[in-house]
Amino acid sequence: MKKNIIYELNALYREPMQVVGYEFGAGEKSVCVVGSMRGNEVQQMFACSRLIERLKQLEARQEIAAGKSILVIPCVNSYSMNIGKRFWSTDNTDINRMFPGYDMGETTQRIAAGVFAVIKEYGIGIQFASNYMSGRFLPHIRMMQTGFEDIETAKKFAFPYVVTRNTRPFDTTTLNYNWQIWETRAFSVYTTDTEEIDRQSASDAVKAIERLLNEEGIVHSTVNGGYHYQSQVLCDDNLLSVRCREAGIYENRAFVGEEVTKGQLLAVITDPYEGGVLEELRAPADGTVFFQHKAPLIYADTAAVKLVYLSAGS
Amino acid sequence: MAREIKSELGSVCEVKLPIGETLAIKRNRILPVDTAQGKRKRIGIVTGIHGDELEGQYVCYEVLRRIREQPECLTGIVDVYPAMNPMGIDSMTRGIPGFDLDMNRIFPGSGDGAMTEYVAHKIIEELSGADLIVDIHASNIYLTEIPQIRINELHSDVLVPLACHMNVDFVWVHASSTVLESTLAYSLNSTGTPTLVVEAGVGMRITKAYGAQLADGLMNTMRTLGIWQGAAYPAREPIVDARADGVVFFNAPKAGIFVPEAKHWTTLERGDVVGRIVNPLTGDVLAEITTPERGILFTIREYPVVDEGSLVGRLLKR
Repeated sequence: MKKNIIYELNALYREPMQVVGYEFGAGEKSVCVVGSMRGNEVQQMFACSRLIERLKQLEARQEIAAGKSILVIPCVNSYSMNIGKRFWSTDNTDINRMFPGYDMGETTQRIAAGVFAVIKEYGIGIQFASNYMSGRFLPHIRMMQTGFEDIETAKKFAFPYVVTRNTRPFDTTTLNYNWQIWETRAFSVYTTDTEEIDRQSASDAVKAIERLLNEEGIVHSTVNGGYHYQSQVLCDDNLLSVRCREAGIYENRAFVGEEVTKGQLLAVITDPYEGGVLEELRAPADGTVFFQHKAPLIYADTAAVKLVYLSAGS
Repeated sequence: MAREIKSELGSVCEVKLPIGETLAIKRNRILPVDTAQGKRKRIGIVTGIHGDELEGQYVCYEVLRRIREQPECLTGIVDVYPAMNPMGIDSMTRGIPGFDLDMNRIFPGSGDGAMTEYVAHKIIEELSGADLIVDIHASNIYLTEIPQIRINELHSDVLVPLACHMNVDFVWVHASSTVLESTLAYSLNSTGTPTLVVEAGVGMRITKAYGAQLADGLMNTMRTLGIWQGAAYPAREPIVDARADGVVFFNAPKAGIFVPEAKHWTTLERGDVVGRIVNPLTGDVLAEITTPERGILFTIREYPVVDEGSLVGRLLKR
């Protein structure tokens, strides 16, 4: 393993911010894995740390294929993580809205450019990502439909679901989009949580990546446990939003991954002062809980739960 | 003959908040009380999409004050939306509090998405069809801008003639960028509602002179559109620049404290010093930022702390 400084940014009163990369094997730039880019993406960094731990073992056992190199960058934004801020510490911009970056531009454009210059040549790009909607997800692989998305490779993670979605204008400056445009096979991995550690879903994600590495001939190892699904491929239309009309105290009555039947209670919203039930959210169809709101308070007009139709997908 | 006007207070949309409160995006519609037939012209004055940009608050007040002073001059509809992001304004937050989202990157929104997308969708529904929307911004808390209008080159044919009535100093026609397709202005312009984006002043402040300048421009523009019959205000002719390389960006080469030397909206010669980046711990000058050629400094850094790459100024080449 080689530990390299991918990018360094100097500051006036803080230690320089170093983006550190861990390189395993040598030769063809096969796979790059990126962890947290936002200051709250603790689970994403944690999952990378588990992956680095595992790759150390594989390298020691000489189970990384000859002529293949793997790069893991656990954290791109340690400055924001250290002060508990989601976006860039001074101007609140999002590094994951700055790709491919600009080395003569503003600070986060420079960070994006510095990192992208190193990672754009990898054949496969994997990002541990988070969603702007706060809540719990069923682990899945997500890809934007750019025309370059590679669904067959995505299935090799053996996650329960591969989700593709239409590209929106603001997506064009994300890492995933730009990787695809630069002809890297790019995949966003969503584990269950973001701001809290979920050891099980991090472990499952690491095993899924190891499974992909085996399928691609980049490592030759035995993967014990983890997911073994034939991934169901979904698009936005296969996810059914259950929206709330009321606001108040929010409590789930189902769990992520639970198969529910039409009419089953999914969540309740209660009056924050008097405790009475304001609204019951029920499943509009048979399906699997794919996403659920997690915070104890909820606004009205929020997609609180998303279901996968049982009949949907491939 | 004296003409009466009426004020209709309403809201673009309302969303219940968890604890005993409803979020409402408020609108004040001012229109004449008469029986004139036919469709009236309509202008929408929008501000507060970014909760830390407050220059537009004074502009809204000043336009309403002028209309109330001469109600007989109003012949069309003036819709004023001073707080598109009311929770942001209330909490000194640029984005939408609770979501950490830039509201001007989620348009046109969706009737089926998260609450924020629903709100964006309702705003587009509300504003569509107006004869003109003016979206007033105030840069951010880091930079001071001379009153200017920014126009995507895709919509310049329609918008530049309108912008020239707005009494701004500068009209910047810039290249198209995919990411800007998520803005309010792009969404409206691309669906046939002309929308001007004004940048003036600095975040978290009101610069009264700029506010009065923009109010003059809005009254003149309303006059041109047939919404206002009052006397024209003296108006400046803006510099219109559509060159791909017409603007020099000054980015901090070092992290430190930026101390400006040049005055805002002055002509600088090649080699003039815009400012210095200094280290208060050691007393060193870390960098001196000079102009590569002659031009007018239309953006200047207001917030002194800079990272490597922070924008400290923009120069319009002359």
